[in-house]
Amino acid sequence: MAEMVNRPLPTDFPNDPRVPEELRNNVFITTLDKLYNWGRKRSMWPMLFGLACCAIEMIATAASRHDLARFGWELMRASPRQADLMIVAGTVTKKMVPQIVRLYNQMPEPRYVIAMGACATAGGPFKEGYNVVSGIDKFIPVDVYITGCPPRPEALLHSFIKLQQKIEQQSLRTVPWYRPGADDVIPVPMLGPDLVDMRRAEEIRQKAAAAQQPIAAQEG
Amino acid sequence: MAEETPRSEAQAPSAPPSAAKPAPAAKPAAAPKAAGHGAAKAVPLATLTPEMQQLQQHFGENVIAPAPYVGVLLQDKSRLPEVAAYLRDELKYDSVTNLTAVDYIKDGYFEVVYHFQRSTGGEPLTLKVRVPRPQGNDLSEPVPSITSIYAGADFQEREVYDMYGIPFSGHPDLRRILLWEGFYGWPLRKDWREAYYEGDTKPFDSRWPGGHHQLAEERVPWADNVNYPPGFDPLNFHANPDAGLYDSMAEGVPGLKVATKNGHSESETTVLGNGQALAEDEELRTDQIIVNMGPQHPSTHGVLRMVVKLDGETVTDLKLVLGYLHRNHEKIGERNTWLHNIPYTDRLDYIVGMANEWGYVLTVEKMMGIKPTERAEYLRVLMAELTRIQSHFWAIGFLLNDLGAFYTPALYFITERDLILDFFESVTGSRLMCNYFRFGGVSRDLTEAQLAQVKELAFERIPRKIDELEELLTDNEIVKARTIGVGYLPADRSINYSLTGPCLRAAGVPYDIRRADPYGIYDRFDFEIPVLYGADVYDRYRIRVLEMRESLKIVQQCLQQMEQTKWGDIQAGKKAYNHRVPAGQAYARVETPKGELGFYLVSDGGQNPYRYHIRSSSFINLTSLKEMVVGHKVADAVVILGSLDIVLGEVDR
Repeated sequence: MAEMVNRPLPTDFPNDPRVPEELRNNVFITTLDKLYNWGRKRSMWPMLFGLACCAIEMIATAASRHDLARFGWELMRASPRQADLMIVAGTVTKKMVPQIVRLYNQMPEPRYVIAMGACATAGGPFKEGYNVVSGIDKFIPVDVYITGCPPRPEALLHSFIKLQQKIEQQSLRTVPWYRPGADDVIPVPMLGPDLVDMRRAEEIRQKAAAAQQPIAAQEG
Repeated sequence: MAEETPRSEAQAPSAPPSAAKPAPAAKPAAAPKAAGHGAAKAVPLATLTPEMQQLQQHFGENVIAPAPYVGVLLQDKSRLPEVAAYLRDELKYDSVTNLTAVDYIKDGYFEVVYHFQRSTGGEPLTLKVRVPRPQGNDLSEPVPSITSIYAGADFQEREVYDMYGIPFSGHPDLRRILLWEGFYGWPLRKDWREAYYEGDTKPFDSRWPGGHHQLAEERVPWADNVNYPPGFDPLNFHANPDAGLYDSMAEGVPGLKVATKNGHSESETTVLGNGQALAEDEELRTDQIIVNMGPQHPSTHGVLRMVVKLDGETVTDLKLVLGYLHRNHEKIGERNTWLHNIPYTDRLDYIVGMANEWGYVLTVEKMMGIKPTERAEYLRVLMAELTRIQSHFWAIGFLLNDLGAFYTPALYFITERDLILDFFESVTGSRLMCNYFRFGGVSRDLTEAQLAQVKELAFERIPRKIDELEELLTDNEIVKARTIGVGYLPADRSINYSLTGPCLRAAGVPYDIRRADPYGIYDRFDFEIPVLYGADVYDRYRIRVLEMRESLKIVQQCLQQMEQTKWGDIQAGKKAYNHRVPAGQAYARVETPKGELGFYLVSDGGQNPYRYHIRSSSFINLTSLKEMVVGHKVADAVVILGSLDIVLGEVDR
């Protein structure tokens, strides 16, 4: 509550003659956005979901030394239906990405994504691997990226603060989840001969039809 | 390389006169041009050990010949089951500890490599089998499966099939294991190229064209890390990545509907399962159901997927689907230079980074014939044993999590683990990914402050905390009720499943690489290999506590003995970035907290490994999970998995 109280009110509120005597010093004025965001940013429920090495640092963040609970974010939910935040903690592989997209689709709005570490951000040290996706943002929108391999717990905490700042700036009038089309699901990628982003299906079909031989990687 | 030390025995090129003669020159394998790639130079043949000679005498020189560098070559692959049975029954090699393949593209064959091991200790026996390379993406000729003789070969054969397209005839469930059914190509073949292919070996010239940064996505035709065959039409394609998964589980599951097509066609489903329940009494007839646990599930320790068949709450069948964290260590490792690979090994089993580094560095040192300095040896032992302690803290904490004591016990142990990680961080610069070991040494020495820090931990704090841990858990009623007798797997089955690490020692087999095939300077310390006989989850917990105490003993002795060594003398020879490893092959292993971690490396004399294979204990230990779990309740399946203490980074690699 601290920052709402400390912020100077727009008028000389306690002494304003329009305010009845009995309400003076008992009423606070704020905007709906501020109240709404203030509540949301302090009770995020992350999804209990780790992919690789970064998940170990995520667990360390939740443990007693770094103590995620100070942010009100310690309630990790294993079900996407109850989660507000997906921390993509680790290398996203092609085999795993359909599940991640499905989990994201199952999370209710408003939802946020943190790409934790080099792999989730861009593929990291494993980028050239044949089973590795070059960053989760190829499939789902990301709010905060953290560098590091793996990022230290402090870096993860920093990303929470950054995300809180982002939430503070959102307004009910402009947030995407009250707009038409907000319910659109991201098509789940397909595991065919290789990972297929179904949003690019038509382009892939045309390119593959034009190719007589396997493109690029297979020659000689 | 500081001095001209003799090569390790495994690769010694000169055979003593008494050793068996190489097979006659007419045999295709007798004059192999393998591995070397410098076709002009003759490749030295292996010196045969007494066991190999016995094998050769029994089967004849036409069947068993010395292989290049190390091991024996089986000339007639159809006799493999016979040879394997002889190895197991007569020569007492009771488990197949490592099974992999190498693609010798210039010589036109694949070589399947088996490492057989005795649970009584000693060096493993290497057996090689060759199959001709097929054209393009075709499967090669089949190799007989040895799963009926060595159950531990199950997942390993599937991995070779997945990576090389070598089918194993007679394998009960030959499907892709790390990738998915329908994946295009066989990734570890030398002529298969990943989408972001830049060159065969690093360093790549193309990384900074004209000094400018270029994204890989801008360079490749599909603008992404993907590659499709010509004529691929995603809009008319029915993918079935799980093809064949449920086929053998359909019994007793009525109406199980599975997709049968994988390719360009109309979608088609078939109803598997005959609706026959297992109970004979019609009144008590129950339907069984199949439940997919994972890859996103709070109790699967990462992205493991367990497919369980349930009769009520009892597990009647279990299959694992792996590969959700398959990060292509081996393909990337063959592109990397020798030095590049050290930080990658940290990310295998990311809880115990430094133990993995030791395995890799040890193998390369074996090939290069160098020895680390005294001081470095002590630092390695110190780091590896502290790693073991923190890993067991973690394992026990999360075992309790799986038992339902959600997070509180783990919080206690993570606190202690963090203190050890603080020490790692202060020495190496990183909490988890330490990148500390070097060929012939380590990267940094300890300062006085760091020594004081680790002494406080080793002599004061951790012994006290282990006592505290035992007080909390060992006689705890609930822990005992939930774990005693759960997940029983007797010693002989454990060995046959190639189980290693604490789980094997909890089944009454005192097998620990530190004693069975010693490395480093473990012979200088007074410690025991604890062994328990319960073979259940409770003893797997207790053995970890005992091992922590033994590790602590080693750490304490190590810190005392280390004072005799010269400060700063941590690197044999000069620091180098480009290591040239002599052409050859080696398999070396270390005892990590999870079990045996082995590296099978092949060098062609260049800057890069020609083959980089990781024998991971977590992966192979999982083979036995089905036998441990079937018959227990589904809640116990979670606990049994927790007692194996797997880490997915090492399972899927």
